[in-house]
Amino acid sequence: MNNIRAIAKKEFRSYFISPIAYVFIVVYLVATNFLFFQGFFIINQADMRNYFGLLPWIFLFFVPAITMRSWAEEKKVKTLELLLTWPVSDLEVVVGKFVASFCLLAIVILCSLTVPITIMLIGKPDLGPIIGGYAGSFLMGSAYLAVGLWVSSLTENQIVAFIMGVVVTFILFIIGNPFVTMVAPGFLVPLFNYIGLGNHFESVGRGVIDSRDILYYLSVVGFFLFLNVRSIARRKWE
Amino acid sequence: MSAPSNSPMLSVKDLSKHFGDVKAVRNISFEVKKGEVFGFLGPNGAGKTTTMRMITCFIPPTTGTIVVDGLDTRQQDLAVRTKIGYLPENAPLYNDMLVSEYLAFVGEIRGMEPGRRASRIDEMVQVCGLTGMTGRQIGKLSKGYRQRVGLAQAMIHNPDLLILDEPTSGLDPNQIVQIRNLIKKIGEEKTVIYCSHILSEVSATCSTILIINNGSIVAQGTPSELMARATKGNRYTARIKAADGAAVQAKLRSIAGVSEVSVGAPADGYLPVVIAAEADVDLSETLFKCIVENGWSLSELKRESASLEDVFTQLTRG
Repeated sequence: MNNIRAIAKKEFRSYFISPIAYVFIVVYLVATNFLFFQGFFIINQADMRNYFGLLPWIFLFFVPAITMRSWAEEKKVKTLELLLTWPVSDLEVVVGKFVASFCLLAIVILCSLTVPITIMLIGKPDLGPIIGGYAGSFLMGSAYLAVGLWVSSLTENQIVAFIMGVVVTFILFIIGNPFVTMVAPGFLVPLFNYIGLGNHFESVGRGVIDSRDILYYLSVVGFFLFLNVRSIARRKWE
Repeated sequence: MSAPSNSPMLSVKDLSKHFGDVKAVRNISFEVKKGEVFGFLGPNGAGKTTTMRMITCFIPPTTGTIVVDGLDTRQQDLAVRTKIGYLPENAPLYNDMLVSEYLAFVGEIRGMEPGRRASRIDEMVQVCGLTGMTGRQIGKLSKGYRQRVGLAQAMIHNPDLLILDEPTSGLDPNQIVQIRNLIKKIGEEKTVIYCSHILSEVSATCSTILIINNGSIVAQGTPSELMARATKGNRYTARIKAADGAAVQAKLRSIAGVSEVSVGAPADGYLPVVIAAEADVDLSETLFKCIVENGWSLSELKRESASLEDVFTQLTRG
């Protein structure tokens, strides 16, 4: 547990040593606020449905940007060779890195609380879907992070890690979209609907926090962290 | 928990590592005694780093066992790691961190209490000559200082076994001397494995040397033992003034202990002669007497013993 904390702390700090975290926070807030508020006053409804509708797409590009460096850089600079000879298990390192990236994402998401506050000042929104939407953002963001971290562990090139991260999360997202499920073979549709990263977000976003959705996201996180551990351990039987 | 003091610090048995079809390390066995500075020598690509990676539990061996102070690397992986301090080749460090931050992080990972961590960091900064550098960003340090930070990192938890992989590569001559002296000082109290492809590095610091080539051990012993086995016996070179080269060759050849005599073409009136002797006995006097008795004159007689460099090239050629 101490090891996980030490790794997470160090990783989290390194986000803020480079300008990456600040750039990330500012660009994220500007982009989401702009995209949301440009339609907000036209529709003239005090809710955040459109905001949460944007998030899966925004995350698609922002989350791999958080995770792209995590493993790729360690492999490139070869610090991994030293890190994995310290008395820490592979799992602890993986979890530590995940926790650090989650903390950064959490800060970003919390910074966006200005949006519901603004809406509450000018109208009377229904708080249920907003709370649900935020809970969903954390869950969906975690799943994206786990995917991004795994992809980063497959390469030593950050750019490749970013692009592959976008591609893999996009596939996982689009797979449950009607766009795909309409043309997919019938027997695969329920599976695709279940796997699709976005589908569960929508139901959480309606303000219905279903344990099945929570379980879904937690298992996606667990699955990709597991793949991550495997890909780090691959050095052992190569 | 630790094994009796007379048992070896590290014992490697029948160790092999294959990467697909490539046999990086082939069935090597050796022991490192406690308190020894052990030189692990070999040309680039001989399997040095692979062996070190196995000892440090980064990768497991294909076959064979590694026991560090009584603990098997396969079964007691995490316990072995606490005993080892490792400086990989080129000192890979987190470039965005400050020196002090980095050492604190390593101390934390090594499970040290904050109080002890702080005092150890101070000590390491002293020992490794990092005074005044703790507030610097690692990425902006010179190579020599990076190497020192790497050393500090490896020693912060006071490990029983210190493994240094090419600690002086890429340094300038002054830095090499500084790092070498540092290692000598460390070697007074610790068991050190020093990997290098440069022989003079290792012979200056190590009490035992192991030479590895193409994944196999080709020689092992103290520097003087290795030198002795370099060439059998000694070589003498002489410049002799004599009318008949063939007579010189025949007479010298007849001396007991001389195995081969070759006479070159005369230059400035002198014949260059190379004499090879079988045994490691000094034949200079006998040779001199023989030359004088025959009425030749001598301008030079030199006894050459093989250098460690010769041993190394001989053993690792091809």
